[in-house]
Amino acid sequence: MSVTPAPDHSRDSKDRPFGFWRRSYAMVVKEFIQLRRDRVSFAMIVMIPVMQLLLFGFAINTTPRHLPTAVLLQEDSDLARSVLKAMENTAYFRFTREVHEVAEFDDLLLSGQVLFGVEIPRGFERAVRRGDRPALLVAADATDPVAAGSAMSALGTVVQTALQHDLHIGDPASPPFEIRSHARYNPTASSRLNIVPGLVGTILTMTMLIFTALSVTREIERGTMESLLSMPITPVEVMLGKILPYVLVGFIQAILIIGIGVLLFGVPIYGSLTLLALLSTLFITTNLAIGYTFSTIAQNQLQAMQMSLMFFLPSILLSGFMFPFAGMPVWAQYIGEGLPLTHYLRIVRAIMLKGATLPNMQYDAIALLALMLLAMTIAVMRFRRTLD
Amino acid sequence: MTAAPALAPAPAADVAIDVRGLSKAFGGREVVHDLSMQVRRGSIYGFLGPNGSGKTTTIRMLCGLLTPDSGEGTCLGYDIRRQADSIKRQVGYMTQRFSLYQDLSVRENLEFVARLYGVADARGAAAEMIRRLGLNGREEQLAGNLSGGWKQRLALGACTLPNPQLLLLDEPTAGVDPKARRDFWNEIHALAANGLTVLVSTHYMDEAERCHEIAYIAYGHLLAHGTVDEVIATSALSTWTVSGDDLNALVSSLTGKPGVDMVAPFGTSLHISGRDRAALDASIAPYRDRKGWRWQHSEPSLEDVFIELMTRSTDNFQ
Repeated sequence: MSVTPAPDHSRDSKDRPFGFWRRSYAMVVKEFIQLRRDRVSFAMIVMIPVMQLLLFGFAINTTPRHLPTAVLLQEDSDLARSVLKAMENTAYFRFTREVHEVAEFDDLLLSGQVLFGVEIPRGFERAVRRGDRPALLVAADATDPVAAGSAMSALGTVVQTALQHDLHIGDPASPPFEIRSHARYNPTASSRLNIVPGLVGTILTMTMLIFTALSVTREIERGTMESLLSMPITPVEVMLGKILPYVLVGFIQAILIIGIGVLLFGVPIYGSLTLLALLSTLFITTNLAIGYTFSTIAQNQLQAMQMSLMFFLPSILLSGFMFPFAGMPVWAQYIGEGLPLTHYLRIVRAIMLKGATLPNMQYDAIALLALMLLAMTIAVMRFRRTLD
Repeated sequence: MTAAPALAPAPAADVAIDVRGLSKAFGGREVVHDLSMQVRRGSIYGFLGPNGSGKTTTIRMLCGLLTPDSGEGTCLGYDIRRQADSIKRQVGYMTQRFSLYQDLSVRENLEFVARLYGVADARGAAAEMIRRLGLNGREEQLAGNLSGGWKQRLALGACTLPNPQLLLLDEPTAGVDPKARRDFWNEIHALAANGLTVLVSTHYMDEAERCHEIAYIAYGHLLAHGTVDEVIATSALSTWTVSGDDLNALVSSLTGKPGVDMVAPFGTSLHISGRDRAALDASIAPYRDRKGWRWQHSEPSLEDVFIELMTRSTDNFQ
């Protein structure tokens, strides 16, 4: 048998000076084809910059205005009304609640429903007319120094100027009443006190999401899902089995972060440790359930990671972790209410810094519970019991 | 006791799988077409066919992993559409690709399966299975580090551990050496002797011959079924074996001649088959007296039958 030599193609490419570029080009073409087929990556290319720009551009405001304020009106006088009007005109305060008891006033501040409380004492107008310089009490929730700071510093001058302008009362040299402001919970305006509890929530969000976001897609990619589905196990059982171990992991992580915060940074815990542990467990489980839901929706592990990232970004920006929640426009606050981190930040700050109890925190606790059940329901419904 | 109204005839007690008219399409392409089959309890049923013929899809429909687009039937007396949960409890399914946890040890994998099926003493059952599989000394080894043959034994052990009534094995011996294959088949026969029903898909003809009954599927159509002898007999194929030197020329001369459906070299001999005996004989007549060639009319082998079926189905369905 005779062997005909194969035509020597190797010479063609070997002698070409641009073999390097040809091979790189081949790689580039292949990557583009794969990128075009990967819709989630494609969406990320567009979504991430758009989301960041919109959030930073429209939602975030470091000198927040229209902050929710409660009023404790001990007397109903023209002067009291004018003072409140003047405060509202500064655009820093927005009166959302009118209360009649000191206890109610304290509760609203404790639960974080208002950032400020203004108390106009009984006999205020009479005292002003007599020249007694009565005190107007303004209490601020100073856990977030950024949120409270600018409003507090503007308070004195702006209110006084407005009063002079509107009612021609008093002169700048001797103001007719004294504004006694009280920065509650964080009197030294230490941002560390605000950030360390916030970090507990942020770190837990990031790690918990990723633990479960990969769990189902990993089974599918490794081929173990086919075997698992052929065995007598239900979607709820798979979900619980995948979530429960990480509740413990998250709990240990929370102890670690809070421990360092207390020991190294001197952050106090005024509230009940049991309540903090209980609600932290709820928050951890909620995040695990959301991560697991991503896992049932994503086609592969990369997509699951991308979904987690797209959830994590608004979480840190719109939850009140980096920027004051009350300073965001209403639409951004609505998005924020849908994020577990928002509710947990209120809970963890209130328990650690304000000594809040469960009744103060019930709205946020119920919101976390609802988000958890919603995520779990979606996950169980999305879990494919067949390979169809 | 009052007799319940008989809505549907209960399947005979000795039938493990009884399905009619199963069809399944993926993305508009029909992978299984109008497939009906019956498997007796305690038998080893071989499921043969080329790659992509719909074997895996059929097996997945039987154990509830896929929902058929149309068709109905029962598996172990349970409705394959509505009672997948009951089926899963009594069926062991061994996937084509190794699907136990690579990062769990042999023992941990078996204990996991035992717990999922609610075996009372999961540790004990796993230890017993390790002993039966001859995996002593390897129980702490990660499943991912086992060789192909051991992985396959472990996978079989995992799906027999909960004492199923039916085993569905999807190409269990692909890529396994001949010794391990033989041991595997001895094990399958031992299990069937104890009353277990086994449906096994394979490419290997020698394995098909170790089955009690076989079915041949190509392009989603069930083309033949029965015992090996029945399948060969119903094929009505005539085969001539010619041996001698320099048969290469004969291949090209005979291919496409009337009555010649198939020409296949086997070492130093050639199998020439066709369904039309008279036409086949006429076509080979000119070569019958060539010196050095010995002609012999023989039974077609199972492989001849299958390849002929496959060639024919290609013409019909593609």
